[in-house]
Amino acid sequence: MPVSCTTNCGRKAILRRPKTGTSLCKECFFDAFETEVHHTITSGKLFYPRQLVAIGASGGKDSTVLAYVMKFLNDKYDYKLNLMLLSIDEGITGYRDDSLNTVKENKNDYQLPLKILSYQNLYGWTMDRVVEEVGKKNNCTFCGVFRRQALERGAVMMGASCIATGHNADDIAETVLMNIMRGDVARLGRCCAAITSSDGALPRVKPLKFCYEKEIVMYAYFRKLKYFSTECVYAPNAYRGHARNFLKELERIRPSVIMDIIHSGENLVFQTGIKTPQQGTCSSCGHVSSQELCQACTLLLSLNEGKAKQGVSKKSHKIRST
Amino acid sequence: MGSGSLKISVHFGGGAEILFDNLKQHDLELPLDNGTWNLKRLIAWIRDNKMKSKQELFVKDDSVRPGILVLVNDTDWDLLGQTDYELCDGDQVHFISTLHGG
Repeated sequence: MPVSCTTNCGRKAILRRPKTGTSLCKECFFDAFETEVHHTITSGKLFYPRQLVAIGASGGKDSTVLAYVMKFLNDKYDYKLNLMLLSIDEGITGYRDDSLNTVKENKNDYQLPLKILSYQNLYGWTMDRVVEEVGKKNNCTFCGVFRRQALERGAVMMGASCIATGHNADDIAETVLMNIMRGDVARLGRCCAAITSSDGALPRVKPLKFCYEKEIVMYAYFRKLKYFSTECVYAPNAYRGHARNFLKELERIRPSVIMDIIHSGENLVFQTGIKTPQQGTCSSCGHVSSQELCQACTLLLSLNEGKAKQGVSKKSHKIRST
Repeated sequence: MGSGSLKISVHFGGGAEILFDNLKQHDLELPLDNGTWNLKRLIAWIRDNKMKSKQELFVKDDSVRPGILVLVNDTDWDLLGQTDYELCDGDQVHFISTLHGG
């Protein structure tokens, strides 16, 4: 028996929203999804008029939907933003080569300028080489640190004043769980913000912060958006996988858990007197850093000196305990 | 009743196709017997007949692994009774994985 759209528009429902439990037809779903992102943007004051925004674009489902929706909303609500696509090539054979082709298609479909930066050019190391050096357990740490800095540098090169990424509600809920599991209080306090900004670094915004991963995939499916969908070959060993599996099981039982975890994360109150990192600048590259050397330079140093395997576990403890 | 089989098309997307020799569309003829062909039975059938390895990446207990979305004729299976949905001739079933980077 076909279910009717909850809005009483008369059309047949095509999905049940995990976020609300309502059943919507295609048109009402598009409207709900887009309106919610618009609300995240306006209530969070994520942008200002005439701002140049670099959209972190990987060719994957989240950034493809992000680029599409930002362009759509920019036009519909006249945000007056100048949008650009920024892509990072980590040098992972078979993974990044193909997804970059998808970004190039996005560039053409959405008529947005595109810049691609590679780890090879920026750091002299591809992720494939990093993994050869470091092994498969801590390599994601390197990639995450390098990518954040690469996005920053690329955005500055493009003259952008902010970076938009496609992090979705599931990602943020996973991060909350991960930070709890690892005792990373400093990150726990920051990870739920829709805008993360620190002195000297470009603000990073997450317009899709409240979008469930399921809805992003459904949106892309029904809007017929093309995206590249392969798991990074090194991902199966990532610590995040534990949090992800757990979250997916929880979602099946009680779909609102994702929003509820984010709500908990946003409302955590920390004890006073906890040491938090003080912001300074890196003595090597000038990038924002809470240590004398920023994380990227520290990791690069350990790679270049051939000490990377010991380097990561010691340094990450040090960073965490200050 | 006419034919002795139930003809449906199964589509794999979002990376799930990798588990099935990178073939996105599989046209199936399922034998009509005394049992009911619902999604629960189809998923078990796919696991037993279309997968040589890594079954745990597609199936968990009597359903798909959490993170794999299921659509029948472009409709969310959450609206159709999930694994209890009974297949009809000509149905298009989509399995879309969300378990990859964005």
